[in-house]
Amino acid sequence: MTGRIVAISGPTVTVDLKGVKLYDMVRVGEAMLIGEVVRLERERAVVQVYEDTRGLGVHELARGLDKPLTVRLGPGLLSGMFDGLQRPMERLFRQCGPFICSGSDLTPLDQERQWRFFPLARVGEEVAPFDVIGYVEEGAFRHLLTAGASGTIGRLADGEFNLTQPVGAFADGREITAIREWPVRKPRPYRRKLSPALPLVTGQRAVDFLFPLARGGTAVFPGGFGTGKTVLEQAVAKFSAVDLVVYVGCGERGNEMAELLDEFTAMSDPWSGKPLMERTIVVVNTSNMPVAAREASIYTAVAMAEYYRDMGYHVLLLADSISRWAEALREISSSLEEMPGEEGYPTYLASRLSGFFERAGVVETMNGGIGSLSMVLSVSPPGGDFTEPVTQACLRTAGAFFMLDTSLAHRRHFPAINWFQSYSLYERNIVRHFTAEVSPRWEELQRRCREMLQREESLREVAEIVGIEGLQDADRLLMKVAERIRLEFLCQNAYTEDAFSTPEQTAAKIGEILEFHDRAAERLKEGILLDEVLKG
Amino acid sequence: MRLSEHIYRTISSIRGPLLSVERVFNARAGEIVRIVRPDGEAVDGEVLKIEGESVLVQVFGETRGLGMDAPVAFTDGVKMAPLSPDMIGRVFDGSFHPIDGSPPFIPARWTPATGQPINPTARARPEEFIETGITAIDALNTLVKGQKLPVFSCAGLPSREVAAAVLQNARLAGGGEFVVVFVALGLTHHDYSFYMESLAEMRTGFVAFVNRADEPVVERLLAPRFGLAAAEYLAFDRGMDVLVLITDMTNYCDALREVSTAREELPGRRGYPGYMYSDLASLYERAGRIKGMAGSVTMLPVVTMPEDDITHPIPDLTGYITEGQIVLSRELHQKGVFPPVDVLPSLSRLMQRGIGAGHTRGDHRAIADLLYRHYAKGRELRRLEAIVGREGMTAGDRVMLDLAEAFERELIHQGDTRRDISGSLDRGVELLKRFSLEGA
Ligand SMILES: Nc1ncnc2c1ncn2[C@@H]1O[C@H](COP(=O)(O)OP(=O)(O)OP(=O)(O)O)[C@@H](O)[C@H]1O
Ligand SMILES: [Mg+2]
Repeated sequence: MTGRIVAISGPTVTVDLKGVKLYDMVRVGEAMLIGEVVRLERERAVVQVYEDTRGLGVHELARGLDKPLTVRLGPGLLSGMFDGLQRPMERLFRQCGPFICSGSDLTPLDQERQWRFFPLARVGEEVAPFDVIGYVEEGAFRHLLTAGASGTIGRLADGEFNLTQPVGAFADGREITAIREWPVRKPRPYRRKLSPALPLVTGQRAVDFLFPLARGGTAVFPGGFGTGKTVLEQAVAKFSAVDLVVYVGCGERGNEMAELLDEFTAMSDPWSGKPLMERTIVVVNTSNMPVAAREASIYTAVAMAEYYRDMGYHVLLLADSISRWAEALREISSSLEEMPGEEGYPTYLASRLSGFFERAGVVETMNGGIGSLSMVLSVSPPGGDFTEPVTQACLRTAGAFFMLDTSLAHRRHFPAINWFQSYSLYERNIVRHFTAEVSPRWEELQRRCREMLQREESLREVAEIVGIEGLQDADRLLMKVAERIRLEFLCQNAYTEDAFSTPEQTAAKIGEILEFHDRAAERLKEGILLDEVLKG
Repeated sequence: MRLSEHIYRTISSIRGPLLSVERVFNARAGEIVRIVRPDGEAVDGEVLKIEGESVLVQVFGETRGLGMDAPVAFTDGVKMAPLSPDMIGRVFDGSFHPIDGSPPFIPARWTPATGQPINPTARARPEEFIETGITAIDALNTLVKGQKLPVFSCAGLPSREVAAAVLQNARLAGGGEFVVVFVALGLTHHDYSFYMESLAEMRTGFVAFVNRADEPVVERLLAPRFGLAAAEYLAFDRGMDVLVLITDMTNYCDALREVSTAREELPGRRGYPGYMYSDLASLYERAGRIKGMAGSVTMLPVVTMPEDDITHPIPDLTGYITEGQIVLSRELHQKGVFPPVDVLPSLSRLMQRGIGAGHTRGDHRAIADLLYRHYAKGRELRRLEAIVGREGMTAGDRVMLDLAEAFERELIHQGDTRRDISGSLDRGVELLKRFSLEGA
């Protein structure tokens, strides 16, 4: 299918291609830029181009690829960094230098790398497309390979191969390869969804203790600029007790991604002791990279995350920031001259977003395993105003919500999670779990900690009228202890050893502060002066 | 690819900076066109949109006096920046034409003015301390090489004096100095002369791109791109450390809004286009360092916050892209503090990597944290003091109030003197000692 370019407006290119389907991929122009069909009108297709269209001319050729935007799935994705179209950034750097070039068709998976195939299925066995036929060892992970189609296994390799070679064949001669292609906008299938019941430990005290997350759950945290979204995303990516992490730098800074690569390469996973990068896939479309590819990047990421989920892994997808994705959607929509909804966002913003969130969950996989995909997404509301459409759309679907507070950030209280306005719908289940598994006092400690913070707030209002001297000693003690809770317990400096806290350490730390309070309160009752008591 | 220029006399409409040209054969997106005005002067424009044979062109120069019969030449190329080390010491207008009376230089290379994004895997982390001589920056919001750190100012505050102080005093660890790329956008004659005088006093070289208040608005969108193309060239082709000062980004954003309105695009917040974030990012993200290359681009944009409002889209979107911000405060300015930096909303996100032993001093982090914490506390108590009065406060709280006052008057305030990092930190330590706060 070929045709010619008839119109160009920014990233939107109209071509006279007949026979293409909606969401098919198209290559346009001499530079062979990649795009996706977003609208069909009579003889014409409107293509959203993922790369810079500068220099593209009308009448240049366009070619339909007869398939939608797909990712390639197979061994070797882990520890890679890809752009929104799944181009491998390190190899791109080697191929075209430090500045990104357009039109490259590098494949995401390294074709030369040798893998050792371990067969699990037997010759003569009847298999379905998602049945496991064997595995390769990808770092510390068993990377399960599936049949990819139905049939009777005729032959299976046992030994070294690379991705250009088949790992076996069906009895009727069809080859079985280790690479699968998957259309990114289509969720991968599973047998059934289970409800999230197990904790997703993040190592962040304010999260694990006050607003715990569940495996398979979703969380969003909106916050103005500089409130610590990226630092929190990265801390969660480093310290979470999950098998694999997919991190999407969606429309944010290049330096942050360089930093992430550096640190993840140097650090190890606190739970397994293995190099952190080996459990991580990074998808990056920085703010200055093409906007349409930014829109695609979260789908590219989630398709890879689902792929590993389907091997029975617990996968965590982080995106910083989903607002930049929504803005890309808005830019595309407005270049298509669609009718705008609130603040210029297309009216389908909320449904697209909830469709994306729906791809999270705990599932029974097609081959009978259990895997989960959790999502933790940051939101960047303009002017720090949480009434804006993206924050509101996220609020309706996400299971947990951490409100990052600019005034806490200005006081350098990090993570700047506001303890009054944030919530987690997983709290009840997970608190029960921690109480059973970590500390029998967990639930009680959590309740008391909340009460103290609440009480501090009311006392502060009183103190503003009567002065702190006007408060009773017991209340002044409480103010002191609440301050310790804030500064020593809720604050967690990401640049120190304290950046990671196990649930046991978390429980011990808050337990110690509350015990201090109880002892001090006793001594106050005995008539000892507050100043004495506070000395310890 | 066409081999020669094609000339058309088929303009069908002129609206502000936008021209429609009909029956154009094979136009390219972003192609540069040249339009000859009746007075014989040529202005450049860029193809924005192509619909079959109709082309929409954005003109970079003045469209006044342009008629429908003006010839439009399609050049087949995109906007290119001519580059050479000979740019140093020169002053150009927003279209890269010399305005200093000297003849044009001979380019060693041409590159597209918009540049290409840096591959994130190619970026080297900014971590080399830059000493600006200003305590509020060096000690508390440290700038590092390859960072983009804007100054958020308000109308009437001395942002240009602060920027000039940084230009004149910035030094690299080991004493290296910067080449400055100065981009003036929509400056008044008065501001312009001030900056040119400061540049003239500098010992190091500079390249200036100047678009004054009465010059074409569209050139305001072009000048920073040329400035950054020049900076990237000097940094990554010539291995120099380049400091890019762009002032004022508020004028840039207003120009963006004006052009967007002329294009009849859907307005976003406060009338600014929905793509302003991506557009600003295409400038700010050009700061950085690259693995295996010697030079660097450090960026210091100046933003005047309309209505003193930090949540206004211009400072807001800037803050979302840059690596921190230096915020000037009207209150401190009124107290006579110079530079009037409010350190509480200010932040340098890359400070962490650029300080400590081997960069500044081993005790830097601890001193900065302590000063910061106590000053924040003192500031909070000021609100309380306004309600309950000084008498209603504990002795401890009164100490914090005094500390906040001394912090502003002695540490932040430094007038025209340059302080090296050790001097800045020592002052901080001295302040903490005086109030017996050097411990916790
Ligand atoms: N947990 C933390 N410990 C110490 N410092 C922190 C922490 N979180 C945030 N910070 C400080 O706040 C700064 C801003 O954080 P971050 O870059 O994560 O903000 P952000 O919300 O992602 O901003 P933007 O929306 O502009 O990207 C950091 O550079 C760091 O100085
Ligand atoms: Mg961020």
